[in-house]
Amino acid sequence: MQALLLTAALIFFAIWHILAFDELKTDYKNPIDQCNTLNPLVLSEYLIHAFFCTMFLYAAKWLTLGLNMSLLAYHIWRYISRPVMSGPGLYDPTTIMNADILAYCQKEGWCKLAFYLLALFLTTYMA
Amino acid sequence: MSAPSGSPHATAGARTPPRPGVAVAPAALASSGPAPARQNGPAQSQMQVPSGHGLHHQNYVAPSGPYSLEPGKLASSLPDGQCNDYYSGLYTLPAQKVATPGAASHTGAQQVYCGGPPAPPLLGTLPGPVPGATVAASHMHTSASQPYPSFVNYYSSPTIYTASSSAASQGFPATCHYGVSAVSNAVHPSVSYSSLPPGDPYTQVFTSQSALATGPGRKGSFPGQNAAPSRPSALAAPLPPQHLQQQSLAGYSALSWSVPGLPPTQDKLIRNHSGPLASASSSPANPGVDSSSTTSSASPVPNSYDVLEGGGYPDMHSSSASSPAPDPVPEPQPVPTPTAPQSAKVAKPFGHSYPALQPGYQNAAAPPTSGVQPGAVPYAAFQQYPQQYPGVNQLSSSLGGLSLQSSPQPESLRPVNLTQEKDVLPPTPIWAPVPNLNLDLKKLNCSPDSFRCTLTNIPQTQALLNKAKLPLGLLLHPFRDLTQLPVITSNIIVRCRSCRTYINPFVSFIDQRRWKCNLCYRVNDVPEEFMYNPLTRSYGEPHKRPEVQNSTVEFIASSDYMLRPPQAAVYLFVLDVSHNAVEAGYLTVLCQSLLENLDKLPGDSRTRIGFMTFDSTIHFYNLQEGLSQPQMLIVSDIDDVFLPTPDGLLVNLYESKELIKVLLNALPSMFTNTRETHSALGPALQAAFKLMSPTGGRVSVFQTQLPSLGAGLLQSREDPNQRSSTKVVQHLGPATDFYKKLALDCSGQQTAMDLFLLSSQYSDLASLACMSKYSAGCIYYYPSFHCTHNPSQAEKLQKDLKRYLTRKIGFEAVMRIRCTKGLSMHTFHGNFFVRSTDLLSLANINPDAGFAVQLSIEESLTDTSLVCFQTALLYTSSKGERRIRVHTLCLPVVSSLAEVYAGVDVQAAICLLANMAVDRSVSSSLSDARDALVNAVVDSLSAYGSAVSNFQHSGLIAPASLKLFPLYVLALLKQKAFRTGTSTRLDDRVYAMCQIKSQPLVHLMKMIHPNLYRIDRLTDEGAIHVSDRVVPQPPLQKLSAERLTREGAFLMDCGSVFYIWIGKSCDNNFIEDVLGYPNFASIPQKMTYLPDLDTLSSERTRSFVAWLRDSRPLSPVLHVVKDESPAKAEFFQHLVEDRTEAAFSYYEFLVHVQRHICK
Repeated sequence: MQALLLTAALIFFAIWHILAFDELKTDYKNPIDQCNTLNPLVLSEYLIHAFFCTMFLYAAKWLTLGLNMSLLAYHIWRYISRPVMSGPGLYDPTTIMNADILAYCQKEGWCKLAFYLLALFLTTYMA
Repeated sequence: MSAPSGSPHATAGARTPPRPGVAVAPAALASSGPAPARQNGPAQSQMQVPSGHGLHHQNYVAPSGPYSLEPGKLASSLPDGQCNDYYSGLYTLPAQKVATPGAASHTGAQQVYCGGPPAPPLLGTLPGPVPGATVAASHMHTSASQPYPSFVNYYSSPTIYTASSSAASQGFPATCHYGVSAVSNAVHPSVSYSSLPPGDPYTQVFTSQSALATGPGRKGSFPGQNAAPSRPSALAAPLPPQHLQQQSLAGYSALSWSVPGLPPTQDKLIRNHSGPLASASSSPANPGVDSSSTTSSASPVPNSYDVLEGGGYPDMHSSSASSPAPDPVPEPQPVPTPTAPQSAKVAKPFGHSYPALQPGYQNAAAPPTSGVQPGAVPYAAFQQYPQQYPGVNQLSSSLGGLSLQSSPQPESLRPVNLTQEKDVLPPTPIWAPVPNLNLDLKKLNCSPDSFRCTLTNIPQTQALLNKAKLPLGLLLHPFRDLTQLPVITSNIIVRCRSCRTYINPFVSFIDQRRWKCNLCYRVNDVPEEFMYNPLTRSYGEPHKRPEVQNSTVEFIASSDYMLRPPQAAVYLFVLDVSHNAVEAGYLTVLCQSLLENLDKLPGDSRTRIGFMTFDSTIHFYNLQEGLSQPQMLIVSDIDDVFLPTPDGLLVNLYESKELIKVLLNALPSMFTNTRETHSALGPALQAAFKLMSPTGGRVSVFQTQLPSLGAGLLQSREDPNQRSSTKVVQHLGPATDFYKKLALDCSGQQTAMDLFLLSSQYSDLASLACMSKYSAGCIYYYPSFHCTHNPSQAEKLQKDLKRYLTRKIGFEAVMRIRCTKGLSMHTFHGNFFVRSTDLLSLANINPDAGFAVQLSIEESLTDTSLVCFQTALLYTSSKGERRIRVHTLCLPVVSSLAEVYAGVDVQAAICLLANMAVDRSVSSSLSDARDALVNAVVDSLSAYGSAVSNFQHSGLIAPASLKLFPLYVLALLKQKAFRTGTSTRLDDRVYAMCQIKSQPLVHLMKMIHPNLYRIDRLTDEGAIHVSDRVVPQPPLQKLSAERLTREGAFLMDCGSVFYIWIGKSCDNNFIEDVLGYPNFASIPQKMTYLPDLDTLSSERTRSFVAWLRDSRPLSPVLHVVKDESPAKAEFFQHLVEDRTEAAFSYYEFLVHVQRHICK
């Protein structure tokens, strides 16, 4: 049950990201503000996901763990290769408006949404 | 630490005891500081500077208050009569005057028009066989002076102000940001606009010097023209039909036709072309045109041009164009063309007229003279041309819809075998290709100096672009110093209702009441006020308004374009005074420059100025009017910086001038005995931000070492042993985001930080530069600066400062770039903060800032034949006016790969690639960026080889438009920013990268590929005349040591530095006449100037050097390099075609590329 709630939270994060980048793209928001709101979310999302992975580990759900480990590895890589920043987070307001990066972030958001939906489905099905 | 809460007010008693150098802190605030001997908190001391000033005006409050209302911010609020008075002067710039009627002190830039070079009109009347260049040059001047009479008429008509009905007020949201700028200050009479559309009396044709050089009267001046010999063979070759398309690129045809055998033809031809230009602007034969008569000056379109249009567009000749010469070709003998004003009131239907051009474009049968007006005498000469080349007659296509200089085959597509062609570099400067538009659009188009696209033929789809493997992007120089610019003071600024595009010459008028936006295709209403044309004083001619006649215009914006009252000019100087800085001695140079230029700082009566110095503490200077001496306030709590006093730190320049002068005189000697080696740059910048945030403005930061204290401290990251590494170059990115964050905060408060780094050691420019990069500042770097040991750097600093302090400046600016639906902006390059997908936030804008934009094609452009780009720069001028400078560029869309290659602007492409490579080196690695550069050549040439050229050659084939591409890429690989293997200090490399990002194209090109001239045998042949000086025009030499003969002397123009290389056995006459020394041996090692000698060759050399200098903002330093001196290496590293230990020679590079292609 808790897992469901947490997955829902992750899905929420993913949707939030997609919306935020869409707002940026359509010129609704200043990138500085947007990055300031997004950056704290990144780490919490990663932590929740890491928490999931440990739960799966304890529950010995190897299949789901294997699936989630790949995302965890991606998260770690992504955080290591983030731009030079003093605070937590991933997004740099000076580069976020670059069309490539923005498109990448949006795509990342959609993929994650799909992944979390799948995870939600799996957990409900398997639990 | 101690955070004295009420600190700002604690200094109320700060004006008391004068104690030199000693900080006396109020007791309450003196708590534990980092250094026990030093007090914490605001302390004050009075400098011991004698000054006889009383304490009058104690209560003056500097900030905003009484000055916030600048008179005449809105031109429309002025009474009409006043305007008339202002416009009566011949050369005055109307709008400028309107804006500041009260300010009697017009300084600097704005006086260009008053002080501009009123050419001697006599010159223009010289008839007959005068050397072409002479007259042409005089045309330039006269044309510069001509426009204003008509301007006067325009503005002196009072109706424009009274007629300003509010009916069409569109209610612009206050958040629109698109700005514009004022008239430029620098008078560069030599500035060239190779295709400036002389659409109406405002914009005049500015023929450039080198353009003039291509003009008539210089027969045989292109003896080695490589285009000439190869032409016949190119014609004989079996070309696919599209190769035979007509070429209308004026620049190319001028080049390729100047075959020695053809000069008469060319003469006539060119004359033909520019005849109307001359007659419109300065021909004595047409006094009516000259003298600003409103009717004729607006539309002296000769009949012959109607015919030239191909007859298919009866409604295209809508007056406007007074001179249909988009090409930089001058006119020696003005041909009195019949000026029959075409008063075609029909709208310009660009939409359908251009497609009509296409059939003629591919039609390969019509005789080339079909479109020529038979009556016009000079055309007879033109007809000789096909007779000389009989083959041309059959092959050439119809002239319909194209410009006159159509050559039988697009010169830019002529295949060039690079491995066999020895001299790819033409002997004359390279011009931007002129977009292949019809004549009307061509002459209206934006000058390539302000606005260039890498592909002048835009591919229809992204797939086609991908096939061509060429970068698509724009290069902008939006705030360039312009010697003339139509400034429009109108109550309404007409813009598209849906995309907010400003009305521009490329919109189409559906009927008199409606216009169709050329970017989003929405149909808009023409406002009532816009119907009145002040130029002709007629009603119902909206297409003749200056907005529709000029692709570069400046609007004076109304209060709708302001978020707050326009700010005053505010300048803050943050100076490093640690031991290192004092030792280097830059303070003397800076204070001297400031004292000299204090009155020339751009601004109005509200201008404010302030000073801060820092070492391990931060020193503020209270300059409040009324003090007897400047007061120094020391804040040593660098962990929590605060301002010691709320006011008096930024003071009005005029009210406190005496105090400022006293301070500037005292500053260089104040810290002579300092032993403080630390530098608390970060806290000082935080303090500067606090000081500036209420107003915004410009902060000039002078730093001489690595910041070592407080926030933003940096460690040395450079490993000197890695300087010449061929593998990895690390630390190109910032070490901390402190400076970036600070810059973003500054940008939000409309403050820009300009960095002057004068260091002898590594100072981590990669991190420090962030403060300027994201706040739209600029970066200057003087490696190993020392005012006595390195006088050339000191001289450079002094010259740079002079330009820096006096150049135009725009505050609180934003720039928006729009493009036709289907295209989208991808990545921006330059110093700014990107606020949204097409909006750049620029706290300051300066005339030396360039920008680049990468574009992508999102939707297919099949249903349009033209695309347009518009940049709008909204800014506050130093006089407190809100202005919008709008540039619009129009380019054709093509569907075949060959046409895409025909339209490549290789210089623009290389500059865009350089910008992309900088990004790549920072985000990925330097070797990646180098590979990407090589791949750019390999990919584009192999794509060309496989898709377009069907020659089976063994060599490396490139279209003529791309023939310089490999050379430039090689030059880029050898540039400081990207070179490997040669010892390059990290800061030097990073600085080169910063420059690539922020320099406009003209300057960047010289950085990448310097110009080399031989100067020991300058002659007057082909010389041009610039303001009574004869400037010789030596041919360009290729950058190779094989061109350096021992008997010669060579000048290399690298943009920011000139080298004069003297060969060992150089003629003693030259050394004596020009350098002032008897022989080679007696020339000193360090010589940085040319003496004023009264000899012909000295005069020629000096005028040539001065002419080169005039054409750029930062005065370059000159080094005389002897063949034997150690400084020789500096010179030789710029010879990019030669082999070095670590890099290919040009030929090797070609072979390398060829090998890659064959793979």
